[in-house]
Amino acid sequence: MSTNDKILHIEQLTVSFDGFRALDELTLHVEPGELRCIIGPNGAGKTTMMDVITGKTRPVSGSAKFCQRLNLLSMSEPEIAQAGIGRKFQKPTVFENLTVIENLELALAGKKSFLRTLFARLTAAQERKIDDVLEIIGLAEHREALASSLSHGQKQWLEIGMLLMQEPRLLLVDEPVAGMTPQEIERTARLLESLAGEHSVLVVEHDMDFVRSIARRVTVLHEGRVLVEGDMDQVQNDPRVQDVYLGV
Amino acid sequence: MSKFLLRVPLWIVVLLVCVGSSGPLCAQSSSDANFLEKLGELRNATYADKAKIVDDLGKSGHPNVQTVLTAWLQDRLYFRNNDQKVFLVKSAAQGDSSALEVIDPVTLKSAGSVPIDNLTEIGINNHLRRILETTLAGFQLSSPDASVRLDAVREVEKSLDDVNVALLRERMTVEKNSKVKREIAMGLALATLNDGSDPKALLKAIATLRGSLNTDVRNRLQDLLEQSPDGTYAEPDAQVRAAAAAAVATINRWRSFYSVIETSLFGLSQGSVLVLIAIGLAITFGVMGVINMAHGELMMLGAYTTYVVQLAMPRHIESSILVAIPASFVVAGLAGVLIERTVIRVLYGRPLETLLATFGVSLILQQLVRSIFSALNRSVETPNWMSGTLQVNDALSITYNRLYTMIFTVIVFVALLAVLKFTRMGLEIRAVAQNRSMAQAMGIRSEWVDALTFGLGSGIAGMAGVALSQLTNVGPNLGQSYIIDSFLVVVFGGVGNLWGTMIGGMSMGIVDEILEPFAGAVLAKIFVLVALILFIQRRPRGLFPQAGRVAEEQQL
Amino acid sequence: MTGHTSWINLRKDLGGKWLLAMLAVVVVVVPILNQAVPASSSLHLGPYGLTIIGKYLCYAMLAMSMDLIWGYCGLMSLGHAAFFALGGYAMGMYLMREIGPRGVYGNPILPDFMVFLNWKKLPWFWYGFNHFGFALFMMALVPALLGLAFGLFAFRSRVSGVYFAIITQALTYALMLAFFRNNTGFGGNNGFTDFKDILGFDLHSDRVHVVLLVITAVALAASYLACKVIVESRAGRVMRAIRDAENRTRFLGYPVESFKLWVFVFAAIIAGIAGGLYVPQVGIINPSEFSPMNSIEVVIWVAVGGRGTLYGAVVGAVLVNYAQTYFTSSLPEVWLYALGMLFVLVTIFLPRGIIGLMPERIGTKGRISLPSQNNTEVQKNEYERQDTPYRTVDS
Ligand SMILES: Nc1ncnc2c1ncn2[C@@H]1O[C@H](COP(=O)(O)OP(=O)(O)OP(=O)(O)O)[C@@H](O)[C@H]1O
Ligand SMILES: [Mg+2]
Repeated sequence: MSTNDKILHIEQLTVSFDGFRALDELTLHVEPGELRCIIGPNGAGKTTMMDVITGKTRPVSGSAKFCQRLNLLSMSEPEIAQAGIGRKFQKPTVFENLTVIENLELALAGKKSFLRTLFARLTAAQERKIDDVLEIIGLAEHREALASSLSHGQKQWLEIGMLLMQEPRLLLVDEPVAGMTPQEIERTARLLESLAGEHSVLVVEHDMDFVRSIARRVTVLHEGRVLVEGDMDQVQNDPRVQDVYLGV
Repeated sequence: MSKFLLRVPLWIVVLLVCVGSSGPLCAQSSSDANFLEKLGELRNATYADKAKIVDDLGKSGHPNVQTVLTAWLQDRLYFRNNDQKVFLVKSAAQGDSSALEVIDPVTLKSAGSVPIDNLTEIGINNHLRRILETTLAGFQLSSPDASVRLDAVREVEKSLDDVNVALLRERMTVEKNSKVKREIAMGLALATLNDGSDPKALLKAIATLRGSLNTDVRNRLQDLLEQSPDGTYAEPDAQVRAAAAAAVATINRWRSFYSVIETSLFGLSQGSVLVLIAIGLAITFGVMGVINMAHGELMMLGAYTTYVVQLAMPRHIESSILVAIPASFVVAGLAGVLIERTVIRVLYGRPLETLLATFGVSLILQQLVRSIFSALNRSVETPNWMSGTLQVNDALSITYNRLYTMIFTVIVFVALLAVLKFTRMGLEIRAVAQNRSMAQAMGIRSEWVDALTFGLGSGIAGMAGVALSQLTNVGPNLGQSYIIDSFLVVVFGGVGNLWGTMIGGMSMGIVDEILEPFAGAVLAKIFVLVALILFIQRRPRGLFPQAGRVAEEQQL
Repeated sequence: MTGHTSWINLRKDLGGKWLLAMLAVVVVVVPILNQAVPASSSLHLGPYGLTIIGKYLCYAMLAMSMDLIWGYCGLMSLGHAAFFALGGYAMGMYLMREIGPRGVYGNPILPDFMVFLNWKKLPWFWYGFNHFGFALFMMALVPALLGLAFGLFAFRSRVSGVYFAIITQALTYALMLAFFRNNTGFGGNNGFTDFKDILGFDLHSDRVHVVLLVITAVALAASYLACKVIVESRAGRVMRAIRDAENRTRFLGYPVESFKLWVFVFAAIIAGIAGGLYVPQVGIINPSEFSPMNSIEVVIWVAVGGRGTLYGAVVGAVLVNYAQTYFTSSLPEVWLYALGMLFVLVTIFLPRGIIGLMPERIGTKGRISLPSQNNTEVQKNEYERQDTPYRTVDS
């Protein structure tokens, strides 16, 4: 396959915190429509990688391209978000003092300058979209509730809902199922699978059952590098992977 | 520096003399009798005789000769008509005084007050005055204390007549101290400049004078270069003029060199005040992340503690400061612990609320001292050993309180570093600062550590207050005027970094001092503020930012 | 659903309705009490009362603008009163020029203090201030420009939270020092006073004060509505999002810095207008208006009233200032204790202010939910790692 059709193209990315290399010449490619799982022991650099992609952390060297042309390293966080990269954080962060529906409204794709938002009104299509998402994330009855009143799992769902509202081309999902019941985990898995295809999805997760249930391709990170890449069985049987997990 | 070293022993000597002054007096009773007899002769002597008596007195070696002669020079030497006893009077007679307080010439103690018509002044004329002055200068020139001799030489240099020049020549032959010797040589060279026309002698004098830093000397040399409208020079010899010009240039160069040093010293001392006021904040804000707007008021408490300590020991002003330092540490520290336990503890993790609440505390503390001590400024006395100026040379001097502030700052800073580095408490403070929950998990009682840390920072603020009491007015507003500065120093240096506070404070002090001559104090202050505002915006985490993810998350 | 209803939904805004009603009462009753009620009656409102009420309304406006940036956008400025003072100075400059040849020195162009300082020429920045319209324009423009310049720097480099508080405080302190200087050209520490008239109307007459007061009340109502439009719009929700989770908002694609800048500048303008209305009513403006203490007091007004409600700021400003007027005249000793305790108690026990004590339905959505009692739960911790239990590759 040619490099041209990659949606995310990371080459030789190095991030250093006072000499400590959180990412060490990491190279990673993501195809359009792919659902990719990233696993790795704690401190492997998974979250740091997402930080770089979303513009929060600046690398020392390397390159990160989105849709072949956009240089992520020279863009600000809002620009990256507007370009079509959405992120769900490891710790669920929703706007506690806004209602569920307001949270979704803010995530809505569209122009986001001050003056635009000052005069923005929801169109009928947008309201429908919100209703759809509310249905998907199962918060339809809670639409007017303050986000702070939601349970941990519901907040996770709300954040996923916000991701959906953003209609990103690439979704970065950091540990989505932490704190969810088995049924919810199942639902999340189905949701992510359904998203793949139209969107590209990058999932970081420690829960191996969950990973197995959705993964087509799995990348194992270790000490800021790609250790192994392949399908789930391949990865799980690789002695190096067993080493890093058990040897920590 | 040598004078600085001399200074402390001198202070001790003074104390010792005070304590032991009753002893030696009786041993001197025989010479006292002689002394009194000579003084008695003054009553009826002619002016010629008086000159002789002055000479005799000068040679007698009695300790009070100087005092008596000085008094005479100031028209304060009298005898009492009814018993013909000679006295000094405390202050010269005014037109309307009817009685004068007299002082015994031997004991130098007050001997009551005597009606003015019972007193006769011992007369003096101009010739005698000159003799007295010279004798006095001679006294000082042969004083055992080199610094007194040096001052005497400088005094003599101001009127270089024949007698004085002769005095200097005489002293030159016996003087051992190189500094005094140099000064005498300067004086003699100046004298040559005054009346010499022999180019050789002049050149030699100029060679000596080029080592001086004195502006008077420079101006005298400059005078030689003067050109009158008709084209003639004050000094006809071109070679001498060239030498003088070169000497003037040398003097100017050295003076500007020393003025750079002086500016830096002033800057450092200014900076050390900033460091001192900020260092407590570096602990509470930098290490704990607590914004304590009452920090300035804790300094104020320290300053008032100094005041109270001085009230409590009015006879020991000299040592009161040494008592005040630990006392203010304790007072401000306890106040700090109290604030932490009652207000700040409730508000951890809410820095902006902490800021508001502690501002409220600062208002309460201000009003508290206003209620107790009134709104007026209290005067805190400066002990002798801290007043005055250290004159390194003609171009470089620094006041002792600046000097001691610098030393004090360094001591406090080093002590604090040592506490943080080498004590159990310091270890726990650092542990809690870096990772609270981890520290808790390891059995450190973080609540306890918080209180202690805050107490430590507050205590240091209190000690800063002692220094401030020596530098500014002690009043209820003392704290307010320093709070902004201290925050800026901490933010500038980088929160959580004591060395950053040190370097930040010092550089702010120096920049301030450099700008001041051009811009004036207020404008310099504004420049520094604006520069800092811009700097903080360039580097929001200060000069030495704290690294690490935890630090980033804790960003307030 | 907030989206497609009218711009301001006053129907649900009980507090806002109260505020507007009260202002309407002021507009109607004050002129009657002053003009229609005879001076002998105990109901008569004298010049002192007029000034006090006018002053409170100006402070209320200042507090409201503070609430907009702090309560809604999380920007706690400790230099907000600087904008108020700048607006006041702009108006003061007009009033000084308006004195004309009636000054002590009788110079038709130069204000007295310039003559006193031996200045020969009007400094360039005084040009135009003889025109009322120009002064009005500057009253808004100067604070806006300062807010813009400062905000541009501060927000771009992401100075926020406590750091923002500290440098705003340094800013107003620097301004205070500058205005204290005679050379700056604003009357040094005496500032401006002894105004004669405004647009030809005598500033010593009650009637003029009544008019000024009515204008202030209307301006306050207008700013309330303007602020309300903003906070009820989607932009307002973004502001609250920024307040609660700034970085999260960024990752949703909102240019956080530009939002802050707009709001900051808008608040600066309102503060400037409040200052401009304040000066002709109290008859003096001097550099102490820039003192950091003033700004921090504004913060406490808002905190006392209850932030994030707009009308709470008005309540707080009026109550605290009334208390101040009362205490400083009858129990001056106690005032600082009371104010100090107010700071402490309100932040500890009344984080939502007085409005927070009211029944729920009066509050609006802007209200801040209490930060959780648990110390470690800070609001802005979206990056904080969640303590995920360690799992291995099993089975
Ligand atoms: N801002 C920072 N400063 C210093 N070190 C950091 C910073 N951010 C991350 N690190 C370090 O980089 C390494 C990688 O962290 P990262 O959060 O990316 O790991 P992870 O794979 O997401 O781990 P987990 O599974 O626990 O979420 C860790 O050792 C972490 O301590
Ligand atoms: Mg992670």
